[in-house]
Amino acid sequence: MANDNFERIRNCIVRVLSVEEDKVTSDASFSDDLDADSLDLVELVMEIEEEFGVSVEEEELENITTVGAVVDMIKTKLG
Amino acid sequence: MSRRRVVVTGVGVLASCGIGRRDYFDGLLSEPVKGLRVVADFDPSPHFKNPKEQRRHDRFAQFALACATEALEQAGDLNPDPDRTGVWIGTGVGGLMTVETYVITHFVRGPKRVSPFLIPMMMPNAAAAAVSMRFGFQGPCEATSTACAAGTQSIGNAAELIRSGRCDVMLAGGSEASNSPTGMQGFTNMTALSSVGVSRPFDRDRDGFLHAEGSGVLVLEELQRARDRGAAPLAEIAGYASTADAYHLTAPSPGGTGAMACMKRAIADAGLSPADIVHINAHGTSTPLNDSVEAEAIYKIFGSPGPAVTSTKGVTGHALGAAGAIEAAAVVLSIERGEIPPTAGYENPDPEMAPIQVVAPEAVDWEPGPSLSNSFGFGGHNATLVITPFNGE
Repeated sequence: MANDNFERIRNCIVRVLSVEEDKVTSDASFSDDLDADSLDLVELVMEIEEEFGVSVEEEELENITTVGAVVDMIKTKLG
Repeated sequence: MSRRRVVVTGVGVLASCGIGRRDYFDGLLSEPVKGLRVVADFDPSPHFKNPKEQRRHDRFAQFALACATEALEQAGDLNPDPDRTGVWIGTGVGGLMTVETYVITHFVRGPKRVSPFLIPMMMPNAAAAAVSMRFGFQGPCEATSTACAAGTQSIGNAAELIRSGRCDVMLAGGSEASNSPTGMQGFTNMTALSSVGVSRPFDRDRDGFLHAEGSGVLVLEELQRARDRGAAPLAEIAGYASTADAYHLTAPSPGGTGAMACMKRAIADAGLSPADIVHINAHGTSTPLNDSVEAEAIYKIFGSPGPAVTSTKGVTGHALGAAGAIEAAAVVLSIERGEIPPTAGYENPDPEMAPIQVVAPEAVDWEPGPSLSNSFGFGGHNATLVITPFNGE
């Protein structure tokens, strides 16, 4: 199940950020490895909210710097 | 010291009748497509490094990037000083389609689904900003937004920056991609659009314009600089004027007084007199009021038969803030190709209209000479460029 979440998140990232799939690893940094700025992250979070039917508050975005952080956040939200 | 002169050394243009200057001008010489004047075959993808970048530019900015690229390619080795190179690309309404999309998103899917890129995509300066960023031009980067006069005024304002000595090179034009259902309905409800979907400027049966997409960007360059690098000027921007009717939000001032003042000023700015003008690319929208008032203004200044008048909107439809840019491009290309495209759709003279010499139904060969390109916008904005062949002197 966790693996499945990672794949779904990776697909969102590939779609929104136009990056190669193999660059999207758990410890990939959005700013350093995926060329994503703060507005990119806002757009990405919208996509992930839709994908998982969850809601992410603005404050939560501050803690997200890596792909792994998104996977953890979704895991927590989905309980 | 003589005034710095401004020449055109590159043209990039796209409209429903053709993408790129060759196809565009061939399109002006052909039967117009039926129905909406959208640029159906435009593929933005070659102009962006990935889909993310492409998605974040509204179509009007995508158009402008494509045209700027084409114009710069033609201009050749500009070797521009970034600080002395600027961009001035106008638009009538900017990213209206993006606005409409996210208004719907907002109310259907909720406020959190409104894109963070809504504002930078919709803003009227988005096209100018995109071109400046793409090519690294760091001089003045501005956008004139004066409805249907925006393209002509952007080119005029850019030329002034070269004349004044602030810039040596300007990318100047206008871009429009505003076929949003709500925007179109606004035009429909004000009865500005043709009810039968036909653009026939100056014709007896004209009943409104055809809403269109389009974009045009010219490379303007200071003459001596162009000479020094061995560039061949395509034409000269010899004069420009901008005036306001100060009369009515959408109707032109009676008797064409605003348009007359504008044309006269532009001709004087070029150091010419009305008798020197041999061709006018008219605003000629195909609305009853614009065309009769513009014809009256032309007749009062030039008499009969006067210059050869064409409205390329018979083919292109009315691309609003891009109109002046694609029409300035049409004049430059008419000079280059030695023929003036006809006013498509013009069949029957309007007995109520001042007798001007409308080019129709065929293109005419000409000895290129001083020409005007007119644009008039809602709000009472008038703009005229004087475009002359460059004779090497």
